Parts: sequence; structure tokens; C-alpha cells
Amino acid sequence: MTQIDTTTIWIIIVGLAIGSYLLRFTFIGLVGDRPMPPWLLRHLRYTAVAIIPALIAPLVVWPSATDGQPDLPRMAAAAIALTVGYATKNILAAIFTGAATLYGLLYLVG
Amino acid sequence: MASATSKSYFWKGFRDGTPFVFIAVPFGLLFGVFATEAGLDVVQTMAFSATVFAGAAQFTALQLLQDNTPTVIVLISALAVNLRVAMYSASLTPYLGAAPLWQRACAAYLIVDQSYACSIVRFENEPDMTVQQRMTYFVGSVTPITPLWILGTYLGAVLGTQIPESWALDFALPITFLAMIGPMMRTLAHVVAALVAIVVALLTVAVPFNLGLLIAGAAGMIAGAQAELMLERTKS
Repeated sequence: MTQIDTTTIWIIIVGLAIGSYLLRFTFIGLVGDRPMPPWLLRHLRYTAVAIIPALIAPLVVWPSATDGQPDLPRMAAAAIALTVGYATKNILAAIFTGAATLYGLLYLVG
Repeated sequence: MASATSKSYFWKGFRDGTPFVFIAVPFGLLFGVFATEAGLDVVQTMAFSATVFAGAAQFTALQLLQDNTPTVIVLISALAVNLRVAMYSASLTPYLGAAPLWQRACAAYLIVDQSYACSIVRFENEPDMTVQQRMTYFVGSVTPITPLWILGTYLGAVLGTQIPESWALDFALPITFLAMIGPMMRTLAHVVAALVAIVVALLTVAVPFNLGLLIAGAAGMIAGAQAELMLERTKS
């Protein structure tokens, strides 16, 4: 593991802090209560259900903890968490059954 | 009694945001551990978590830093991963845009996956909420998470590498987000959006700088919007 230069680290931290804030502020701060067109709103309705699965899918199929090898306990835990969440609409129940599946299978398989 | 109702909306938000403590703590811990391993000291690690406040982008930046990526590319990639908060900001604007500027400036800092996920569901289900109630709810939803995210980072940075790999904390994030997605599947259009996003995300995983995430997100949003239009047409 290479040692990272201190100046570089601070440039990254400050740059990301400012950049992330601007990303968050742009719409809510600058657009404010001006009306936005219906086509834009129609797309924005699907932001969360598109971005979150897109963020998670590669982590489920190729987990970093196993160096990208598909892993039965993690896949099963993912499937259970999604199914329980969908069926019960209860996020905590989904998290706990998903985690129980993961630990159970890691214990049995690993 | 505007203040009384606002207060109750704060606690509604607080309650809805509480399950995400199960992400914030392990994810913060992981970041602290990871940052320490990468050579950041406690001050740098804490400054990172407190000012950037975006786990996925922070992990991306650290990962790329270790691969000796040029600073500009690190910044662009991490911000690209974080572009979704701009989409969240846009998505919240119809609901919160009428609030005073100083409130919106504060709320902007607090736009994260969890506060967005809670708020958008509540705002869509309760269209009669006032702007004040929405803002209070939004702040309430992120209140349990923020201090614990920062505390988690601190513990991770201090404990360093002492957390055994067998705890499989790497999977706390996927499980918690998957648990959130289930209840979001309210219409067929939502399901279509999610499925298209998943397929495209898996197909574009080799695209550099994590741009696959943005491509997949955009594809999913377009698919959802088109599905909604088609469903409306078949209904009428």
C-alpha cells in the first residue's frame, strides 16, 4: 500500500467537500420554488429506485470482500432482504432476516 | 399550533430514519478502518466524513488514491459517484423549494441516501403536508444518522484494523439498501426502473471511473418514466 502525500489528501478532502455541497445545493437552492417541467418530474420520480439498485447490484454479484468472486451467502442474503422488504414493507425486518441469512450461511459454508 | 405539528413531524422523521443507524454505524466504522489503513490520520479521516458526508464517494476517493490515480481523476470520479445527490436534490425541490434560503442551504448539506429515501416516500404519500412540516420531517429523518456516522468513523479510525473480517461488515450497505428498495416498488413502473438499472449497472461495470452507475441510473429513470406513460395510456 503506497503512502499518500498529505497535501494530496487535503486537496481531495476540501475538493470533495465543496463539490459535494454544490451538487446537493444546485437544485434545491437555486431552482427553489420555480416550477419544473412535467417530463423532468416524471424522470425524477424514479431517481431512487434506479440509482440505489444500480449502486448495489455490482456489490451483490461481485463482492469486494471475496475479491469479486460471486458468493452464495451474500447473494442469498441480498435476495432475502429484498423479498422480505417487498413482502412486508418493513425495512428493519428485511435488514434482520438478510443479516441472519448472511451470518447463518457464512457459518455453514465458510 | 404550527410548532406542535412541526414537532410531531420531526419525531416522525426521526422514527423513519432510525433503521438507517444500522448502515451509518458499520459504514462509518468501515470508512474509519479503511482510511486508517490508507494512511490518513484521525483528523483527516474525521474531516473527510464530516464535510463530505457521502460514504460511497469517500470510499471511491480512497480506493483511487491508493491506486495512485491523478488527483483530478479522483475528484471527478468521487463526485460522479455522488451525482446521485444532485438527482435527489432535484427530486426534493418540488417539495422543499418554497422554504427560506437558509433552510434550503442547511438541508442541502443533509441530503443523503437515507434522508432522501425516507422523505420522498412520506412526501408522496402525504401530499397535504406544509413546506414547514416537510422540512421538519426531512431534518428529523437525518438526525439519528449524522452523529452516529461521525462517531462510527471515529471508532473505525481509532480501532483501525482490529475489526475481524469475519464480521462481514462489507455487506451491511447492500443489505440495508436492498431492504429499502422492497417497499419502494409501489407501481409496475418502479419495478421496471429498478430492473433496467440493475441490468445496465451489471453490463457497464467495466466502464471506468464508476460512470456505469450514472449510465445505469439514467437508463432506469428513463425506463421508469416511459413505463409510467405507457401504463397511463393503457388505462385511459
